This record gives sequence, C-alpha cells and structure tokens, in this order.
Amino acid sequence: MTHFVPLDIATDRCKGCELCIGACPHHVLALDESVVNALGYHPVTLTDPDECTSCVICARVCPDTVFTVYARPKADVS
Amino acid sequence: MTVQLTDNRRVIYRRPDALQDKSTHYCPGCGHGIVHRLVAELFDEMKLTGRTIGVGSVGCSVFAYEYFKTDFVESPHGRAPAVATGVRRVQPDKFVFTYQGDGDLAAIGTAEIVHAAARGENITAIFVNNGIYGMTGGQMAPTTLLGQKTTSSPLGRDPVLAGYPVPITEMLALVPGTAYAARGSVATPQLVGRAKSLLKRAFELQEAKAGFTIVEILSNCPVGWGMTAPASMEHVEKDVIGTYPLGVLVDRAKAGPESK
Repeated sequence: MTHFVPLDIATDRCKGCELCIGACPHHVLALDESVVNALGYHPVTLTDPDECTSCVICARVCPDTVFTVYARPKADVS
Repeated sequence: MTVQLTDNRRVIYRRPDALQDKSTHYCPGCGHGIVHRLVAELFDEMKLTGRTIGVGSVGCSVFAYEYFKTDFVESPHGRAPAVATGVRRVQPDKFVFTYQGDGDLAAIGTAEIVHAAARGENITAIFVNNGIYGMTGGQMAPTTLLGQKTTSSPLGRDPVLAGYPVPITEMLALVPGTAYAARGSVATPQLVGRAKSLLKRAFELQEAKAGFTIVEILSNCPVGWGMTAPASMEHVEKDVIGTYPLGVLVDRAKAGPESK
C-alpha cells in the first residue's frame, strides 16, 4: 500500500519565491536545494506528508499554481 | 473547485482549466500570477471561458493573453478601456474585461478609464496596483507611496516635487456610471480569498449589465522594490494598505446611488 501524499507539486513551474513556505501553518514546505529546475530555481518540496492537513493555503498564495491538493482519506485521519 | 478521483485521491484544489498550461514570465513571487489564478478560477466557476474577451494592457501584464484560455485583444498603452468599450458594444453578449497595471490604468490611461466609467460601459477593469513601473526598471508611478524609493525617486517620493499617490479607485467610485468599485489585496492567504469575492461580485454585475465595474488589487513588485517576495507581501500588508484602504468603495446595484 502506498503512503498517502496530500500534495502534488509541479516543480517545473516553481520559481522558489517562498511565499508558500511562509504561509504554511504547519511548516512542512521547504526549498529543495538539491534540485535546480528548468527555470533555474530550487523548487519547493513537501518535507513531511503526515503533518500536511490539505488546508490549501499554499495553493492560495502560489503565484505559479504549482500545487494540486488532495483530501486525506477518512481512514487515514487519526 | 471540482471534485474528481485520480489515483484514488480526491482532488480538493487543482490548477484552474481557464489557465494555459505554461510557466509565466513574471518574476518569482509576483502577485500577477495570483490575480491570474483568481480570475481563471472565476471563469471556471461561472463558465465564462468560452465567451470571454480580454483586453490586454502594456506593462508586465502585457503577455496576459498567453496565459488565459480566452480570446484577447491587445491595446495601446492605457487604452484598454476604450478598446473594451468597442468590443463590448459590438459583442454585447460577451464577457469583456481589461487587465491593467497602475502604470497603465492610473498614468497614461487615466482619461480612458474615467470616461469608460462615466459612460457606464458594461466592462470589468481588473487593476493590479503595485505602485511602480515594474517592466521598465522600477520607476516612480502616480501610485508610488510618499517616501518610497524608486529608480527615478532615489531619495524617496517627495510630494513637493512629485505630488501625492493617486487614489484612482476612490475617484472612479464617485462617477455615477460606476456600478461597483472595490479594492482588495493578495498580501495574505485571507486577503487572497477576499479579493476573489470582490472579483466575483464585479463579474456578476457585468453579467447583470449593471454598468462599469472595477476591482483594484494591491500587489507587490519584489524586484522593483528590492525585497524578497515574502518581505514585499509584508510591506503591502503593513504599509501600502495604510495609503490605499481595502474594501468595497461603492456598490450601486446593492445600496442605491444616494447612499455613497
């Protein structure tokens, strides 16, 4: 069984502006400094899928619409 | 947003369909991308994409036609409301909006926006105000704050030399042809949500043929202001909103012309 991941991030479009990192109430977003994307930026990455609550705040502040947010399955909510 | 099943995960937010699937030319953290997304979300929700004609402006948003899946007309600098007037009168069943920055709408295009409002044209002006000429290298605009340093006001904007910031949306709210004038911001997640509801009201009033509608969105220019993207959004929230207060300035369809 695969682990539930609540965010898909279109890293090709991310410009590393860090608006989502500051806005995330659970502090689970960070720039992935091991990667440089085609635009030349370090894209954002989800550091801890278990702490993400799918609150959509990252998607709301993102100027480049890189986030797709999924609801956590009911069985998965503790 | 629409709910659908993909790989057994339920989508609660995804990129709106009305946006083209391409990366924008805007700088990292630029509020234009957020405003584009809000407009595209409303096109999806109100099913406007297929019968919308946008009118582009000159400035950083000059390539807006690249990013929306709607028809677009490009206009000369500041003349988007005049072009939109023609488009809307020839195609009265279409949804027509202009997308303009402050260098376009509040400077060279002041005459066009005032007279489009005075005529009560059924168009919506989306006015993104970041108080600077971003595209040409960060020069002072009519909307630049007092004391703000730009490449053409290196000691800060001095009112004796350069006058005061122009509250263009308040001015347009006085004109009887304006059905709706409001000011929002994209500085925080909460304000982004509120800005969307202001845009939605303006779009609904255009659909009801209520008259001219304008929504000003206070945005940022991290590169022109010499700040990081998060610091520029904080500056909008702490300082810019003080000069340009947020809220609905006039809603004649709801309140009647005499109330404000």
